[in-house]
Amino acid sequence: MSAQISKEPLIRVIKRAERPPRQVTMLRALALVLAIVAGGVFILCLGYNPISIYGTILSGAFRSTMAVQATVKIMIPLLISSLGVTLAFKMKFWNIGAEGQIIAGAILASYFALYHDTWNHWVLVGVMFLAGAIGGGLWGLIPALCKVKWNTNETLFTLMLNYIALYVVDYLRDGPWKDPGSQGFPKIARFSKNAMLDKVLGIQMGWIIALILVVVLYIYLRYTKQGYEISVVGESSPTAKYAVMNVRKIILRTMFLSGAVCGIAGMVQATGSDITLTENVAGGVGFTAIIVAWLAQLNPITIAIVSFLFSVLEKGSSVVQSSFGLSTDCADVLQAIILFFVLGCEFFIRYGFVVRKKGGAS
Amino acid sequence: MSQKESMTSAIQCHQITKTFGPVVANDKIDLEVRYGEILALLGENGSGKTTLMNMLSGIYHPDGGSIEIGGKAVTINSPVDAMNLGIGMIHQHFKLVEMFTAMDNIVLGTPEKKLPPKVLRQRVLEICQSVGLEIDPDKRVYEMSVSEKQTVEILKVLYRKAKILILDEPTAVLTPQETQKLFAILRRMRERGCAIIIITHKLQEVLEISDRVTILWKGKSIATVNTKETDRRQLTELMVGRPVVLSIKRPEPKNVATSIQVERLTVNKPDGTVGLKDVSFEIRSGEILGVAGIAGSGQKELCEVIAGLTKAESGSIKFHGEELLGKSPMEIFDLGIHMGFVPEDRLGMGLVASMGMVDNMLLKSYRNGKGPFIDRKPAKELAESLVKKLEIVTPGVETPVRLMSGGNVQKVLLGREIESNPSVLITAYPVRGLDINSSYTVYDLLNEQKEKGVAVMFVGEDLDVLLELSDRILVLCHGHITGLVDAKKMTKEQIGLMMTGSTEQEVIS
Repeated sequence: MSAQISKEPLIRVIKRAERPPRQVTMLRALALVLAIVAGGVFILCLGYNPISIYGTILSGAFRSTMAVQATVKIMIPLLISSLGVTLAFKMKFWNIGAEGQIIAGAILASYFALYHDTWNHWVLVGVMFLAGAIGGGLWGLIPALCKVKWNTNETLFTLMLNYIALYVVDYLRDGPWKDPGSQGFPKIARFSKNAMLDKVLGIQMGWIIALILVVVLYIYLRYTKQGYEISVVGESSPTAKYAVMNVRKIILRTMFLSGAVCGIAGMVQATGSDITLTENVAGGVGFTAIIVAWLAQLNPITIAIVSFLFSVLEKGSSVVQSSFGLSTDCADVLQAIILFFVLGCEFFIRYGFVVRKKGGAS
Repeated sequence: MSQKESMTSAIQCHQITKTFGPVVANDKIDLEVRYGEILALLGENGSGKTTLMNMLSGIYHPDGGSIEIGGKAVTINSPVDAMNLGIGMIHQHFKLVEMFTAMDNIVLGTPEKKLPPKVLRQRVLEICQSVGLEIDPDKRVYEMSVSEKQTVEILKVLYRKAKILILDEPTAVLTPQETQKLFAILRRMRERGCAIIIITHKLQEVLEISDRVTILWKGKSIATVNTKETDRRQLTELMVGRPVVLSIKRPEPKNVATSIQVERLTVNKPDGTVGLKDVSFEIRSGEILGVAGIAGSGQKELCEVIAGLTKAESGSIKFHGEELLGKSPMEIFDLGIHMGFVPEDRLGMGLVASMGMVDNMLLKSYRNGKGPFIDRKPAKELAESLVKKLEIVTPGVETPVRLMSGGNVQKVLLGREIESNPSVLITAYPVRGLDINSSYTVYDLLNEQKEKGVAVMFVGEDLDVLLELSDRILVLCHGHITGLVDAKKMTKEQIGLMMTGSTEQEVIS
């Protein structure tokens, strides 16, 4: 028997009791402040003044009516698709296929925009809205069906479907939907004015749809029987079975809705902002949405706030790019730093540290 | 302390303290165990037994106090440290690789694992022989019975030459006969000079096997007594912290009538193996039917098939003549049959851990009322009345139930099921993990239901309780019924024999 005396570790991690909500909020705020400071150091390292860069980000996003409109325009698809993935995440269904669902919704909506643009404007808008929802919903339903039938891994499945959707757009652009008036250049034609979403306060009306969805989802998740079912299934499927819930049906229904909301984001982006269908219709928004949803702890109201802040950062950094020549990729780095700190602070909410006392324990 | 005493002392803990957030799990605990003795560590659930042992085996680190092994102060940082100090722990939940053979599991993680299998097998068999254990070194763990798995666990620590053995509730999963075998082995190891700590809350076993008993109460070591000088009553009082009445009430059954008639029921487990085979019995209103059996003998399947959560292969379940099989739980409910079910896994099945009491009350009733919206008002009222009626301790009815203690969680679950006015109440291990106080509350609640004319089924593991509480006992073994007997006329040993496959006739004759 070796009688070695090992020392107590320098720092030990211990689990703490749940902190009071006020303290948790304080910690999160502190994390945000630290993130801004760390981002500042990063900017400093690049040789710029962090205060002026941060100032430009803020002024860039708000300096004029046009700037605010542009910020909101960035926010619309991000907010809607964050709400979409939240539905699935509440159920602990790892839908990382928002990207594909956005595209699928956009494709189906674009069909009506391209080939039925002679319909009455409001009928067309209504049909496009439904088409977006159904397109995205069906795209979300595919992995859900395979999940309940064969218990496939939804993370991989939804991810792979993103690429399929993306290449369908490429196919349509190069083939059947190629703009005949583009002189051979592969692109899909611009939608006619009749198929465009109307503007409210100078911004496409998608922002109204987004805000309505925030309220609807908040109520749906919190006060309806279906919302309750989602929470129970997410927590534990044996409990759901015990409560005589039809788990399969709930998974299918929720994934359809999750995809449908993302599909609406695609429709709004294509017919409200891009006025055509491009392969950039989602442009990574579906992935950012995952971050937004988690940062906001899957609360629709908080999601609205977080996605607005993200949009400010993005719009602001494009202004930084034009006035300082600093690449917008730096905005992504800043986003990542914020995420690192805010998610990292969850660890400090749950755990505490004990430092070794002088002289050791014995 | 005299020189002689410290020579024989294997472990000495001084003022060990460990806190988890606001909970003080161990509060200045003193504990001593000597080589060549068996020390029983007695205490209710949550009194800090397992925490203390986890610190000795290097899983946790104490916040204060010191540990001496063989007279030397040590710091145990990891299970490897503990092993090097000669401490071996046999956990309540086995830590074995199911796909490996007994021998692979035993040598896993030791430097000798690369030796030729022949040599290793020889060594394992030698250890077996020296303490009188029997094991087939090439049998795979998933094919083993619970007691065989335990044998592997014991061999694992013996192979690592542990001189100090810690067993965490080793008898919880064993039949009375297997327990006797285990005790024989422990006695032999004591003779060979090992120090043994056995954690348990079964008083009879404490009196039977140990030399000394240390009693923990609410995280404090309140007393250490010599087993010879104590008795059941004194130990209970020390353990609970006040005098208690130890007998369970058993009111005479009244108006007994067949409520549920099960005939030739066969149920498969999800993996296709037999869960229940050809079982027939009845559950009567106004009576408590106890169900005994080794863990995994078909109890889970029995509960779930009656509750309508699992499909049967064949057979029938009739409620007052109405066939239940093939009907969905909703249809059964519509027939006016209210089935209360308290599943084994409370937080994983019976309740939603992250939700508060109010939302948990809704679990089975959220569909009530028209329209897409949930009405939380009745649930809130129900939760508040349960808190008062069952004296549930919680900061509020919206506090997540996972933050509540085991006893209170069970009160929430049982309370909800009873409030639904069931005609049949199925409970699986309703007192598992509860302290004595809460256990008696549960027994009282079950008796209350019985007197109201509810047909109660009680799946239990403590045979003493089963014999005292039930009117009849159904014994399961590998999915078969090996006995359906009058609880008043049976002994623990007879039930134990039936649990391992002897039939009623064999046992009684």
